[in-house]
Amino acid sequence: MVAPLVEFRSVVKRFDDFVAVEDVNFTIDAGEFVAIMGPSGCGKTTTLRMLAGLEAPSEGNILMDGRVMNDVPAHERDTPLVWQSLALFPFLTARENVEFGLQMRGVGAAECRRRALEWLDRMEISEFAERDIASLSGGQKQRVALARSLVIEPRILLLDEPLSALDANLVIRMQSVLTRLQRELGITFVYVTHSQSEAFAMADRVVIMSRGHISQIGSPKDIYRAPANRFVAEFVGRNNIIAGAVTKTAAKTVTIEGSLGSFTVQTGQHDAPRKGDVARFVVAADLAQISVKKPKSANVIPCSLISEEFIGSIVTLFLEAEDGSELKVQLQERELSKVDLKSATTTYLSWADEHGHYIGVD
Amino acid sequence: MTDNRTLRWFLFAYLALVFVFIFAPIFFSVVFSFNSDRFPTIPLGNFTLKWYQTVWNDPDVWEAARTSLTVSLSTATIATALGFATAYTDYRYSFRLKPIYLGLVLLPPTIPLIIMALAMLAWFAKLGISGQVMSIIIAHSVLTAPFAMAIIRLRLSQMDPSLEAAAWNLGANEWSAMRRVIVPFCRPAIISSFCLTAAVSFDEFAISWFVSGLNKTIPVIILEIVTGNIDPQVNAIGSFVFLVSMTLVIIAQVVLMTRRKKEN
Ligand SMILES: Nc1ncnc2c1ncn2[C@@H]1O[C@H](COP(=O)(O)OP(=O)(O)OP(=O)(O)O)[C@@H](O)[C@H]1O
Ligand SMILES: [Mg+2]
Repeated sequence: MVAPLVEFRSVVKRFDDFVAVEDVNFTIDAGEFVAIMGPSGCGKTTTLRMLAGLEAPSEGNILMDGRVMNDVPAHERDTPLVWQSLALFPFLTARENVEFGLQMRGVGAAECRRRALEWLDRMEISEFAERDIASLSGGQKQRVALARSLVIEPRILLLDEPLSALDANLVIRMQSVLTRLQRELGITFVYVTHSQSEAFAMADRVVIMSRGHISQIGSPKDIYRAPANRFVAEFVGRNNIIAGAVTKTAAKTVTIEGSLGSFTVQTGQHDAPRKGDVARFVVAADLAQISVKKPKSANVIPCSLISEEFIGSIVTLFLEAEDGSELKVQLQERELSKVDLKSATTTYLSWADEHGHYIGVD
Repeated sequence: MTDNRTLRWFLFAYLALVFVFIFAPIFFSVVFSFNSDRFPTIPLGNFTLKWYQTVWNDPDVWEAARTSLTVSLSTATIATALGFATAYTDYRYSFRLKPIYLGLVLLPPTIPLIIMALAMLAWFAKLGISGQVMSIIIAHSVLTAPFAMAIIRLRLSQMDPSLEAAAWNLGANEWSAMRRVIVPFCRPAIISSFCLTAAVSFDEFAISWFVSGLNKTIPVIILEIVTGNIDPQVNAIGSFVFLVSMTLVIIAQVVLMTRRKKEN
């Protein structure tokens, strides 16, 4: 069996007494696009810096190609990083910035120049090759930073919130540049972001972190459809999280009774809870249904419409249940016209049995 | 409105005073250096280069100029290197006793010059190296290194903290990163601190006078000429010293300012 390209084994990072990363385990295969996502301060950058050798793990091992990397200094690893601040060298031109990594590897001057220009051309900024960094726009700097990292032909590229300083239109353009590059080069991208849309749009797999722990690893679809726990369910948003006390447990199902009613859901991978535990399940907003007539389903919550929000052709309806909790339903605009919400005082939110997703006790 | 006017007048008066008390004496010194009369009186006599000729033909002055030049260039090199090293240490490392370290490093300019000069003299005498050019260089380096450090430290504080790590990340070892990233980034500060420390050393009198022994520097020889009798030679030397110092200071300012403009 081939070793994965990167493996984190029980990695812990402490700064004095503060634990920034706690017992992190995961692997990355060659050619994958992995996004590490989580709220500010959860340890994303620290994880990335450890991979680049800029920070040493306090405990555990980081392996690349099966080799323990803990004692390999940063400058001997081929793990270029695209920095959040870009960290371009301000006293060099765009071309000289791109040449830097090649020069450090002892590549001759003419070859350095040729390869740097080739990459600047590939990033469509060859006309700015001899410009000072300060005179470039945000998007152009971004491309110089990418070229500077990719020119050394690494097998893995680390990116730390590279698009966070760009405006929304440019973010979308750069996202497609990045995904295209990753596919063409076939190299591994490890992409740190706090933006769900970036992570879900680009990554094959998403690692969700919370306070130094990994909360869930999975494809964007897994994360969205099957959040593993309450943190992920809340972080991803768009979910209705329903809580209650466990009143009945059976093989693979559990009945949860709360202020919204009593519902039975499948426990899936989770351990069966004990009776009396407070447990939760989610219903994704786009899997929930809304109707004016009370549906036959066992999973129904009567509620009233508070407001609607249109984003493109998608409508989000914000509802209030009798106990005051807020619920959401998402649907296509043309489906909305089939439901005559205006005249109804009470509407019903419902879902099919298989769309209730249990997320355990916390 | 009136406030503004009062303020403007006040500032104007202040500026005028600065000129009167700082630049006027220098201006007259330069004027009298070209004046044929022996005594600095008005009306002026004829234009002459006599005093410059006397200075030019005086081997003692030449000797002093050589010493001054050696001292100020060596001092500037050593002080800038020391200043860079201490500033970089401060930038790169954090340790518990850092405030004490910084305090000690920045202390010398706060000590009265005369006390420092006496202490240096006693210390050098004990080590058996007093009265040499080297002793002036050491003393001046101690005195000026804090200025160099302050200038370079300011520059380092403007640096993106990830710049050095970015160099490592691209394959530079500590030494290459220092040579290829830190030093180029600090270049304007290094040049200005070199010029400023050279200028301070070139002008410095008290320490030079105490520790120089037979190796007189320019300021020391000026005092010797003045204590003998009134001699317009000093005006000529003074003008030269002023020219050298101002040039160095202006270079230092220009290098720092153009860099700043370019980066904004
Ligand atoms: N050098 C350091 N010394 C002390 N604490 C640190 C250091 N670096 C990071 N930390 C702490 O470790 C935690 C994780 O930091 P990290 O930079 O990895 O967060 P992040 O997930 O990248 O957050 P953000 O989205 O804000 O960039 C933070 O609480 C931070 O304060
Ligand atoms: Mg970060």
